[in-house]
Amino acid sequence: MADKKKKNLPPEAQQYQAFQQKRETKRPLFKNCLKAFFVGGFICFIGQLITTFYIYFFNFTEQTAGNPTTATLIFLTMLATGFGIYDRIGQFAGAGTTVPVTGFGNAVIASAIEHRTEGFIMGVGSSMLKLAGPVIVYGVFSAFIVALIKTFLTKWSGF
Amino acid sequence: MIFFWAFVVGGLFCVIGQIMFDVFKLSPAHTLTILVVSGAVLNGLGLYEPLIDFAGAGATVPITSFGNSLVHGAMAEAEAHGLIGVITGMFEVTSSGISAAIIFGVIGALIFKAKG
Repeated sequence: MADKKKKNLPPEAQQYQAFQQKRETKRPLFKNCLKAFFVGGFICFIGQLITTFYIYFFNFTEQTAGNPTTATLIFLTMLATGFGIYDRIGQFAGAGTTVPVTGFGNAVIASAIEHRTEGFIMGVGSSMLKLAGPVIVYGVFSAFIVALIKTFLTKWSGF
Repeated sequence: MIFFWAFVVGGLFCVIGQIMFDVFKLSPAHTLTILVVSGAVLNGLGLYEPLIDFAGAGATVPITSFGNSLVHGAMAEAEAHGLIGVITGMFEVTSSGISAAIIFGVIGALIFKAKG
């Protein structure tokens, strides 16, 4: 918690916070990183298999094969999410399943399934992008800034 | 060989994410947002494309490639049509990820029921 917020709390609460901070279970960083590395690496390995498949059979190039690969991976994610496998792997792997594009797919699909009971318009339609929204919003905004700067540099300075 | 590098580079991206989770105690949404923004910046510096050539799916599967391809589409369109292309070309390359997520999300909601 930020220090500024802490000052406004009564002394008992401050004491409690110091107490609980001491007792907080240490997260096993090295072990978690190792798990994330192997699971995340494995997902990218599968991605590479799919990429190679598209390059050999559908005449994509190394640069363009990323798109169909993404779509295929998200399709596989739908199955894994629907059958409840993805959550179980996610608990084990942490960031290993969040960082690859399958994590993005899982965030969208899981909230779509979860909010189905609220109806298809107000539930599925409006809640689907709740978790994935920030990724799209700030991805687009930062890409806009970067592309704008780059365009100016290339156009007006011959950079 | 590209399979090996895809595994290693993809794995390293996930380790960076795990460090953000555990050391900086960020939520998954914060982590993904930061990674997407850094993907866009890396493309701006011209570093992401060599990484794709080197690691293949190791660079295209992590969420950083989302930021990369947003900039990529915007730049390609900007070269053809000038400044307005930055806006019109934004989703040119990225569309597959978002449309796949939305389409399969709806299909998933039709087929599956929430558990628990």
